[in-house]
Parts: sequence; C-alpha cells; structure tokens
Amino acid sequence: MRLFVPRDAAARAVGADRIAMALEAEARRLGRTVEIVRTGSRGLFWLEPMIEVETPAGRIAFGPVMPGDVPALFAADFGARHPLHLGRPEELPFLKRQTRITFARCGITDPLSLADYRAHSGGRGLERAKSLGAAKTIEEVTKSGLRGRGGAGFPTGIKWKTVADTAADRKYVVCNADEGDSGTYADRMIMEGDPFVLIEGMAIAGFAIGATKGYIYIRSEYPDAVRVMERAIVLAEAEGLLGAEAKFDLEVRVGAGAYVCGEETSLLDSLEGKRGQVRAKPPLPAHKGLFGKPTAVNNAISLATVPAILAEGGEAYAALGFGRSRGTMPIQLAGNVKHAGLFEAPFGLSLGELVDEIGGGTHSGRPVRAVQAGGPLGAYFPRALFDTPYDYEAYAARDGLIGHGGLVVFDDTVDMARQARFALEFCALESCGKCTPCRLGSVRGMETMDRIIRGERREANLALVEDLCRTLKFASLCALGGFTPYPVMSAIRHFPEDFNRPRLTAAAAE
Amino acid sequence: MFLAWNEAQALEIIRRHDGREGPLLPILHDMQAMFGCVPVEAVSFIASAMNLTRAEVHGVASFYHDFREQPAGRHMLKLCRAEACQSMGGEAVAAKVLKQFGVGWGGTTADGSLTVEATYCLGLCACAPSAMLDGEPMARLDQASVDAIAQEVGR
Repeated sequence: MRLFVPRDAAARAVGADRIAMALEAEARRLGRTVEIVRTGSRGLFWLEPMIEVETPAGRIAFGPVMPGDVPALFAADFGARHPLHLGRPEELPFLKRQTRITFARCGITDPLSLADYRAHSGGRGLERAKSLGAAKTIEEVTKSGLRGRGGAGFPTGIKWKTVADTAADRKYVVCNADEGDSGTYADRMIMEGDPFVLIEGMAIAGFAIGATKGYIYIRSEYPDAVRVMERAIVLAEAEGLLGAEAKFDLEVRVGAGAYVCGEETSLLDSLEGKRGQVRAKPPLPAHKGLFGKPTAVNNAISLATVPAILAEGGEAYAALGFGRSRGTMPIQLAGNVKHAGLFEAPFGLSLGELVDEIGGGTHSGRPVRAVQAGGPLGAYFPRALFDTPYDYEAYAARDGLIGHGGLVVFDDTVDMARQARFALEFCALESCGKCTPCRLGSVRGMETMDRIIRGERREANLALVEDLCRTLKFASLCALGGFTPYPVMSAIRHFPEDFNRPRLTAAAAE
Repeated sequence: MFLAWNEAQALEIIRRHDGREGPLLPILHDMQAMFGCVPVEAVSFIASAMNLTRAEVHGVASFYHDFREQPAGRHMLKLCRAEACQSMGGEAVAAKVLKQFGVGWGGTTADGSLTVEATYCLGLCACAPSAMLDGEPMARLDQASVDAIAQEVGR
C-alpha cells in the first residue's frame, strides 16, 4: 500500500511528521507493508495534515488526521466508511475550481524524485527552450504575458530581453525567494513541494539571457525550503541538469531576517555580502545588477511558471486571465478564513468570490470585516470593495495592490487603527535606513497614530498622517516606504469609525 | 552545544567559503551556527581575513535581525507577530507565552533555557497563529501548544 503524507512546513507544523510515524508504527504492528511517500502540500491547509492512499480509482484523501485516528484508518482499510474520508482530492470543490499550472505537481509528486518530476511532464519546458533558441524562448515568455509575481508585475519577457541585449562578460539569474509578506506562502510551497520546477525555470532563464550562474535567495525563516532546494540542486547536478555540462550553476543563499531584502536591489546588495540597503534606480539590475553585471531578478513563482509556458506555449498561457493580467495566479488565502489555502486560478475572480465562496468566510464564524491584499504594504479592503476583480490594474485603481498574491482575512473584532499603526511600526522596524521618508516618516507616523488612538487632536493628527503618507509615497526610494501608505490610508478611508472610538482611548491607556 | 570563540574554527569557516562570490553572509551564518552568535572577536577576525574594515563587517552583522552579539538561550522560540497571525489571535497567544516564561520580546529566561523573539511571517499563514521552536515549525497555536513548548524546553 502506498500512502502520501505532506512534508510541507505548514503540514509539519500541524503534525504531519507525527502522522507519518504513527502510520509506520501501526503498519508494523499489523504486519502490513506500506510505502510512505512524503510529498508537498496540495494547499488545502484547513484539511492538513491531509494524507492520501493510492487505490485503483486514484488517490483518496483523509484529513485533517490526528495521530489517534491512525488505527481506525487501518481498521477501515482506508475506505469511505472512515469519518475523515474526503474522496478524490481532485473532486474537492476547492481543488476542482482551480487551474493548476505553476502548482500542477505540488502535493502529488515526491519533491526530491527526478523520476517523479519527469513522469509528470517535468523537463519539457527546458527541452523546448533549447530547441527554440534563446531569442525565441524570450519571445515565448513575452507572448505569454507573464508579469512579475513578486508584486511589481513587470513583464518577465521584457526584463529578460533587456538583460539579453546588454553585452557583458558575465550575467546572472537571481531568484527572489525572500517571501516576507504576511499571508503569502506560495514560494515556500513550491520550493518544498516541487523544487525542480524552479530549477528548470532558472535554467531556462539562464539559457535565454546568456547567464551561467544563478542564485536563489531564500529567507532564513524558511529552513525547510532551504534544505529541499539544496538537496534538489545536488540531485540535478548528479544528472547533469546543472553544472559544467549544463553550463549553468545554481547556488542557494540564505537571508538573515531583513524584510527589505525582498526588494530586488537590496537583495542584490545582500547577495554581495553588504547591508541589505536599497539602491537608487537607474541603473536597472537588468543593466547593472549583481556585482555590476546584467542580472535578471525574478520572483520564485514567475520562474516556476516559465517551464509550463515553454512546454505548452506562450499563447495557451495568455489565453487565460483578465485585462492585462494574463495567466494564473496562485492566490493565498490566509489568516482568519475558513478554507485557508493556495488557490491557483486565472486572474479575474472578484474579491468577494475569493473570500466568501472559495474561502468560506471567516474561521471564527464572525462576519468578514476587512481583507488585506498583497502583504503588509497592501491595502485593507472593506466589503464594499468586494466586487474588485483580481487584476493588477483593478487593485491599483482602488489604491491597493495584489502584491505576491496573499489575502489576509479579518473578522469584525479587528481594530483598524491598530492595523494602521502596525503598518507604520513594521515599516520603522524593517526600514533599511537609506532614505529619509521611510526611516523617519515611519517612526513619526507611528507616534502620530498613537496620539490619534489616544484621542489627542484627532482631526489635526489625521491630516498630519495623510500628509506624511503623501511624502512616503512619492519620496521613498523603494516600495517599503512607498507602499506603507496603502494599508494606513485604506484603513483610515474605509474604516473611519475605528479612528474615533472612545473604547480606543481606554485600550490605549492599558 | 556551541563552541567558545576560537580562531582555528573561525579560520576553517572562512576557508570553507574560499572562492565564493560575496561570501560575508554565509560566513556570518556559519559563525553564528558554530559560536551561537557573532562575537566581537569574530568581527575583527573576519575583517582582517577578508581585507575589510571592522566597520564594514560590523555594519553588515548589525543590519540583519538574525545575527546576535551574545548567544541566545538553549532553546529559541520565534513567535510570528505579522498580520495573518494577528487576525487569528496571535497577540493573545504571544502574551500568554511571554507571561508564562516571564520574559519580554527578545528576552531570555533567567535559567537560560529559552529566548523568545518576534518574527514577521514564517509562511505558515494558513495555519495561524504560528511559531518556530529551534527551527521546527508549529502552527494553530493555543494554550496546549504553549504547554508543549514549556515541556520541550524543560520548564
């Protein structure tokens, strides 16, 4: 009997390792032979630990499984009569409604089996790129309409062409896997669940732009992802997919807890062994990037999507989507939401569909009050804006951003003045210190917000925060200072009642 | 489990990264893994070995939240304080943890058994609130998790 248990860090965090051990122990006790395959997660986190059993009718899922459930699962012979029986995972509405392109293999294959990877169409993208040649590979990516999934949304094909057209003795591909936004975990899932797709994507990028060296910059908060990626690189080298023969080397570099290193230029400085401070642009990293050489800095999800684009053709990918947002986005439902998980779908779903229908409302069962879209620098959306379609431009038009695809749901117990204060506090904590608006404005904003919460000269202080936000937005060197106004101003605009409540005065006095 | 500062080990670490481009962060990580922190001695040593100024090395080591000048407690608990965990009552759990162990953020218990640090996102946002104990992920934290942490660190 073959059983599948996720090794994803979030599944482990809720007991997947204990389940794997319990399954082995029970099998031994019963004298049964079982093979336990550790996979990535399917991304249905409210059902984790979710295990699957191989049957002639396909895989059958059970979850959420606690160690105490294991004997009964064996007693029921992993059949439909067990109360945790979920049926075929592909038939679960949350998965059935998805269009899995980037995450096609995640949760299904053994992340460290190249044989599994190939058996599930892995490797076809790089093969096709090689047969097309570098220039046509870039054309294919441009045709797909793929835009940077880190949040900036810059067209990947255009970035690659810029690097390819810049003459240099040495070029680099850098994968930005410094996924620091709260509410996002897609990079982590793909690195832990399907590392070879990222390696393939980077190899394609290297081939297309003429780079022989790639770096994957992973945040230190992701030790599991670091381990899996490093092991996957060794396995790929052993088969000649990386290394001298492939004319492409990959190396993992681990961050050190600085959020700002998710900003591409500060990431490059960090890779160079410096303080992770933001560089002024121009020059663009595509012209002068890592060690002053032309560099393609791409988000992990952008790179992990490239193999499928090459394999299936750019037009097939571009056929999906909404407006100028083409293809699919792995949307991450997080926080106080009933069905928290990764939902990959073509752009265009409304925020209401995502949160109320797919997410199933809050985990607490209370009404949804606010949704922060796009991480700590993203706006808080009230229910009144739930008709916003999932699209880079539509979110921008409502003074928000889709960012890296996170949606953090809050119920009606949230205090939006506290959330606005937190946004400024976070900016102060993580500012690299290079530009004044971010370094000082964040602290000043936090102090002013404290006065508002205490009820001191509310109108004047709110005007001051608004003025400060304008300075942050237009005068900061990067998105940390530049986008902090989004959560702050959206909280003030959409939830003004929270900035003038007597109970806040009492709470602040604590 | 950490070694006391010694130059032989430090030199070994620097040699390990010979030929690497921009090796300072990997070196600092390895120093901290070996000595439990990046001691002042390490800053001077790295500077002279890499032909950098002490100011440059100190500037880098002090920029990143991860690097410490003093070793932490025997166990390290990183509690997430970011938005997704806030939305699931993470601050209340954090308050319980700090109270139970009698420490503030960044503090170490008097017996040196545990250091509690704030972190901003562990990518476990679909199972919030979350934490990491000695590098192992924990999620859906509640009172039972706090008790499990206490047991694990022997308090």
